[in-house]
Amino acid sequence: MLYSPIAPMHIPDGFLSIVISVICWAITIVTLGVAISRTNKSLGERQVPLMGVMAAFIFAAQMINFPVAGGTSGHLLGGALAAITLGPWAGMLVMTAVIAVQGLLFQDGGLVVMGANILNMGLLTAAVGYGLYRSAIGSKFTIKLTVAGVAAWLSVMTGALATSMQLWLSGTANIGVVVPAMLGVHALIGLGEALVTVAALSFILRTRPDLLGEQSASAQGGRGWILTGVLITLAVVLLSPLASASPDGLNRVAMDLGFIQTAQTASGPLAGYTVPFLSSISASKIVAGSIGVIVVLAIAVITGRSLQTKKPNS
Amino acid sequence: MHSDAFDRYHHHDSALHRLDPRIKVVVAIAFIISNALLPDGAWMAFGLAWLFVLLASALSDLGLGYTFRRSFIVLPFALVAVTVLFSIPGKPVSQFHFMMWDFTVTDAGLLRFVSIVIRSWISVQIAILLVAVTRFPDLIHAFEHLRVPAILTTIIAFLYRYLFVLSDEVIRLLRARQSRSAAAAGQRSGGGVLWRARVSGNMAGQLFLRSYERSDRIYNAMLARGYAGQLLTLNPHELHGRDWAYAVAAFLFILAMQFVGRF
Repeated sequence: MLYSPIAPMHIPDGFLSIVISVICWAITIVTLGVAISRTNKSLGERQVPLMGVMAAFIFAAQMINFPVAGGTSGHLLGGALAAITLGPWAGMLVMTAVIAVQGLLFQDGGLVVMGANILNMGLLTAAVGYGLYRSAIGSKFTIKLTVAGVAAWLSVMTGALATSMQLWLSGTANIGVVVPAMLGVHALIGLGEALVTVAALSFILRTRPDLLGEQSASAQGGRGWILTGVLITLAVVLLSPLASASPDGLNRVAMDLGFIQTAQTASGPLAGYTVPFLSSISASKIVAGSIGVIVVLAIAVITGRSLQTKKPNS
Repeated sequence: MHSDAFDRYHHHDSALHRLDPRIKVVVAIAFIISNALLPDGAWMAFGLAWLFVLLASALSDLGLGYTFRRSFIVLPFALVAVTVLFSIPGKPVSQFHFMMWDFTVTDAGLLRFVSIVIRSWISVQIAILLVAVTRFPDLIHAFEHLRVPAILTTIIAFLYRYLFVLSDEVIRLLRARQSRSAAAAGQRSGGGVLWRARVSGNMAGQLFLRSYERSDRIYNAMLARGYAGQLLTLNPHELHGRDWAYAVAAFLFILAMQFVGRF
């Protein structure tokens, strides 16, 4: 009743190959190791109650839903919001706890593939969400919120793309279908995420501006985060159209690297992607195109911002 | 709120309930890894894996159908694997026409799809059983013994502890929203989607502030009671001979499953 898995992003066990699961765990463990040592330094023992309760907050906030249309409803995923309000490292730990409990207690996401789920929904969302937001930290109310909205939307798209890539590399889904389908669905989910994140942030900025001010945990992340955010964004921008438009090339690469062992007899009439409704026609191009436009806008804003905020320092 | 709304633990006094949580966690994870390692179409091994789930269910006193009834949670995700039905080259099994496209299901694709779904379905059942026979705090404690960083396990323990408190908070917020935005008969209540999203966002922001301030109070209270950075537990978690016996039996079963699946 209270807990219903919604976004099709929690991968269950059995859908990823062992190789991919292990690679994702490795990335996740290294990142979490850094996150733990960083938060230890900045928060000390106070971090336990703070992050524990904030993790419960993300969990509870996901229950606040709003009807969209036709019986579907939107709600918060929280990766970007957690990273923006608590700082990137703390945000990652909080999201890790949330995903761990979703997997352990509700079987929403598997145990062996949890490394991948944490990477997709906790680490990448926090990195992109915070990285883009970090560039707008010194700017005006509206610009800050706009950038936060774009960051929240992109964080969902990044998670969706990473999920589809892992499924494809495990040989569980066809890249020409899964990427446009996942990105298409999450473009809408991300819109809800962006709206709720912006509204929540504007509420916090109006009532407790100190929590997001110069001295807060939110402003402590270094400039390297901007670079991280932009790099991940660029990867999403470059990979999405590539995966939608020319899955053959990526399939080739994945097979050469030994990820996919399907005996591909390319001459057969059924080789590659034979479900045409998303791979060939305009849907994927529209998705790819709109990502492109928004990302170019975001990068323009970011570069402008970071150039502007540098001046007082020098 | 009553804790049963979230807790999946079922109180019994079975052999599986009494088993050390560390053994349960390690065996469950080994079993899931073993499932992932089984090759496509290893029907005998899949059958053995299911037998493993049934045996574990029998040891748990929860009834053989318990995990089965709850295992449908993975089904929606099977949608993403549907594409392999058509995309792996092989002999055509069935063809059908949908809207304006022809779909051809190949034998290789069917084999892969069915294998993925079975693997996932069996794996989720053992995970369901794990939380049904282990108290969540014990589960967390087991992870701590298994060298998961204490900071992570403590955050998770806190998340679990305050989940109920904050859920109550959310239920109050939702009830307030419902009662304030009641519609007069024949009239539409509230604004459009954007307005609704903003209201939800404001509620999330409010919940954020309440949680943040609560965490301050909690920390102060903990300090007042002598908190020095560690949560203490009375449960010693000692491994007995019986626990080892179960562990060895489970691993032999898993090895046999791999053997059957591969040769």
